[in-house]
Amino acid sequence: MIIYGVGILAFSFLMGQFIGESLGHWLGINANVGGVGFAMLILLTIKEWFLKKGWLDSAFEQGVDFWSKMYIPVVIAMSASQNVKLAVSSGFLAIIVGVLPVFLGFVLFPFLFKKEVI
Amino acid sequence: MTEILNKLLDKNSLIFGFLLIAIIVYLSEVVAKKLGKGKVPGSALAILAGLVLAYFGGVHTNGEKGLSDIPLFSGLGVFGGAMFRDFTIVATAMGASYQVMKKAGRIGLISLLVGVVLFFVTGVAVAWVWGYRDAVSLCTLGAGSCSYIVGPVTGAALGASSEVIALSISAGVVKAIAVTVFTPIAAKYIGLNDAKSAMAYGGIMGTSSGVAAGLAATDPKLVPYGAVTATFYTGLGCLLCPSLFYIVVIKIIEIFS
Repeated sequence: MIIYGVGILAFSFLMGQFIGESLGHWLGINANVGGVGFAMLILLTIKEWFLKKGWLDSAFEQGVDFWSKMYIPVVIAMSASQNVKLAVSSGFLAIIVGVLPVFLGFVLFPFLFKKEVI
Repeated sequence: MTEILNKLLDKNSLIFGFLLIAIIVYLSEVVAKKLGKGKVPGSALAILAGLVLAYFGGVHTNGEKGLSDIPLFSGLGVFGGAMFRDFTIVATAMGASYQVMKKAGRIGLISLLVGVVLFFVTGVAVAWVWGYRDAVSLCTLGAGSCSYIVGPVTGAALGASSEVIALSISAGVVKAIAVTVFTPIAAKYIGLNDAKSAMAYGGIMGTSSGVAAGLAATDPKLVPYGAVTATFYTGLGCLLCPSLFYIVVIKIIEIFS
């Protein structure tokens, strides 16, 4: 049943957000701390557990898969609702922040990889 | 006739939002194929198109929520709001598997940490040089340099301004395009040619759409290996940027001021 997949996803999401909110409260930041990350870990853990139990069927996976494929459309909708007009005034910053670390990554990668640091 | 249509779209704004995004994605794919010869991912172009539309929306309404401030397009604000955004990101975790990650093991884990730290620190440093001094903006921009998802998630969690969140998304989009375009060029110089190196590369660069598209242009066999580590990058970034990294940035600002 597709709705079971969606249900497990919703459960993981709410649990993760709860942990994130609680952690933020506990750290005194008054913000959600890593709720999305925790939710992802919970979903992965549940998925592994279901896999072992043999409860993972294709309909179940479709319930989650649909939403995972919607994330780029959602991000597009999100960019369309951002305050870009204000951001444009410092547009060059976005380009430097986006490109500079990529080049640093290219420079560092062979050193890290060949020297077996990673 | 127009009245009926307006009423219909007003009542079903979210559904109209789905249609709008589908049209934007379709046009972006067409443009990406014709102009970029597949070098620029359609999704990255579509996100850019969204930002451009948000700009015109902002100019038109003088509001803060881009295109969604125009009543006709209000559904975009719901579709692209925090609830759907976080829900769909969590769903992407399903694509990662413990078994494959075990194979990547140490390489994946360490490269992920190195990658998130490298991009975050560089992003924060550039933002600092640019003149930002508050921890929330610095962290959001550093997170934006990780990916166009980590940026807004961090910004939303820390309560950053819409302007800084938009900047962080732009930075993430620029990064995805840069990774896509430069991966096939850089591959032979940096030794990116087998499964192991692809796993490390996915961890360092993160941005899943950029890594997947970049590796596809380099060697399609490498795509799943790069993608499997890259999938964890966003989760790790979302976990670390608004928490541990934020606290570290606050401490460093205290030392320097």
